[in-house]
Amino acid sequence: MPKVNMVQAINLALKEEMQRDKSVVILGEDVGKDGGVFRITEGLIEQFGTERVMDTPLSESGIVGAAVGMAIYGLKPVAEIQFMGFIYPTIDQLFSHAARIRSRSRGRFTCPIVVRTPYGAGIKALELHSESTEALFCHMPGIKVVVPSSPYNAKGLLISSIRDPDPVIFLESTRLYRLIKEDVSEEEYTLPLGSARIVQEGKDVTLIAWGSMLHRVLQSVEGVDAEVIDLMTLSPFDEETVYKSVKKTGRVVIVHEAPKTCGFGAELSASIAEEAMLYLKAPILRVTGYDVVMPLPKFEDYYMPSVERIRKAIEEVMKY
Amino acid sequence: MPEKTIESFTVQRLDILDEKGIADESLMPSLSDEDIKRMYELIVLSRTFDQRALNLQREGRLGAYPSLLGQEASQIGSAFACEKSDWVFPSFREMGVYITLGYPPHMLYQYWAGDERGLKISDNVTIFPLCVPVGTQIPHAVGAAIAAKYRGDKIGIVTYFGDGGTSKGDFHEGFNMAGVFRLPVVFICQNNQWAISVPREKQTASKTLAQKAFAYGFEGVQVDGNDIFSVYKATKDALEKAKRGDGPTFIECFTYRMSDHTTSDDATKYRSKEEVDAWKQKDPILRLRLFMEKKGLWTEQYQKDIEEQSTLIIDEAVKEAESIKPPHPEEMFAYTYEKLTPRQIKQMKGF
Repeated sequence: MPKVNMVQAINLALKEEMQRDKSVVILGEDVGKDGGVFRITEGLIEQFGTERVMDTPLSESGIVGAAVGMAIYGLKPVAEIQFMGFIYPTIDQLFSHAARIRSRSRGRFTCPIVVRTPYGAGIKALELHSESTEALFCHMPGIKVVVPSSPYNAKGLLISSIRDPDPVIFLESTRLYRLIKEDVSEEEYTLPLGSARIVQEGKDVTLIAWGSMLHRVLQSVEGVDAEVIDLMTLSPFDEETVYKSVKKTGRVVIVHEAPKTCGFGAELSASIAEEAMLYLKAPILRVTGYDVVMPLPKFEDYYMPSVERIRKAIEEVMKY
Repeated sequence: MPEKTIESFTVQRLDILDEKGIADESLMPSLSDEDIKRMYELIVLSRTFDQRALNLQREGRLGAYPSLLGQEASQIGSAFACEKSDWVFPSFREMGVYITLGYPPHMLYQYWAGDERGLKISDNVTIFPLCVPVGTQIPHAVGAAIAAKYRGDKIGIVTYFGDGGTSKGDFHEGFNMAGVFRLPVVFICQNNQWAISVPREKQTASKTLAQKAFAYGFEGVQVDGNDIFSVYKATKDALEKAKRGDGPTFIECFTYRMSDHTTSDDATKYRSKEEVDAWKQKDPILRLRLFMEKKGLWTEQYQKDIEEQSTLIIDEAVKEAESIKPPHPEEMFAYTYEKLTPRQIKQMKGF
């Protein structure tokens, strides 16, 4: 099995799905000849042609709006939005249409689109190139939100997202793109949406993370009997796995790089409080970005949840 | 070096049938007497539908409703030019388009009474559910055209919007992409002169809306939107052009919204009676009737018959819409995703 990074794994997933299913097409800015600014779609235009790998005008709302129309007509478009900070103009199309076409037409039309976008900090980028606003999309029923944390699960989750009959926002951590290599099978495999993964089992405390923060969590749990959950799908999230773990450990630390207020950690905390309050030995703690606009690189290290902050939170809940 | 003109444009305006019912025979599209009668009957049916909707709303039997009064020629003329295989992406005022394409009127009443099941389009009607956020349907038409072209389907995609819609970003993004990819789209703007209370001249400084197409590299034309023959001809030509692979067309139907924006609006607050009265003379039904009378296609008896027939259809539609059993609360959840989420299943247990 070849060892590949996340860029190569996502490229492989796209290639395999395009080979398997002619209705899968790619559209976005610079996704063709340039292979995308992160080279995710490299080589695909040569293999599949300009009809299936479309370099579009610089037009985010137009890209997602056109993807909606293509999906209604029966294609399975995979749209790339160059950075998560540029996804905001598409929110009208995503919330007003993609999310509700199935409902509005009572199932007559569906919108099986995937919107892939690089998210998160860690590559010392410009303003609006490090956003992590996944919770916005989790608040809109009708949309699924998927965040892979490794090359292996990126490939399996992307294939499932493309095959999913509903719209999926697929968030790719820029920091993870080339950080880790992993064995990724060139054979077809999928990972189900809506299922979390227990990365390591433990008895004393449950840590919940996704995307790039998972790796920081894994660096922080040394010497602690911690259970680590990689959520992978945020919407709909795997409630059963979360509650089962919390009921076992009685302590929870949630880690995400988005701001704290109304971040996805808030949803997790409230859900855990509703479902497993009586099993808790300590308050639920969140280690998150701060309630500030995502800063430029000079502040980035202050902003991001660090190993120290995560360790401190673990120590805090372990006091109970 | 002298400055020189490197680009210029002209805007064509098409008028075939005037207010007195006299048609310019040299421009008349090829339509049989039966076609013309069918068009007239669809206009009468749409107006009957519309008047009944306003009455039902006043009686509290429908929610807020946007009347199409005055825009019948723009809607029926363009929809009549569509073939069964063409796809239509409407805005929210296109009840005349729905009716022309064969959408059951009772489902429209069902929808406007607040029941989304009324938008479940049947498989043999190629129209999309109506679109409330202004102009956002334009990129959908563009995407559907990309898909049709990719699949090699020789069809046209028609989308409707209003003068207000031309100010939106999605108008620009959709038009731009349609031009770049030379897509088989027919963009139909019903310029009804008012976007709720904002008049056309406050919407854009462009002299016409049609001319906007030139900036995207394709043809724009203005037609008399109260003349069903002009609208039909322009749409038919644009659809044929689209199917030949010669790209998109923008048709500005110059018309007038005779009614309020919706039943929640009071247009007397922002526009004069004189203006509305002047447009009454241009009524699309009146001029078609005069034309047909001259051709021997219209008699008082014929008028009486089709009015009776329309009333019968609408009576039945109202009866059918109001006899539909209310949906079960569980149905509220059913179409969020293909499958219910575990959380939805828990939430449904409350019912």
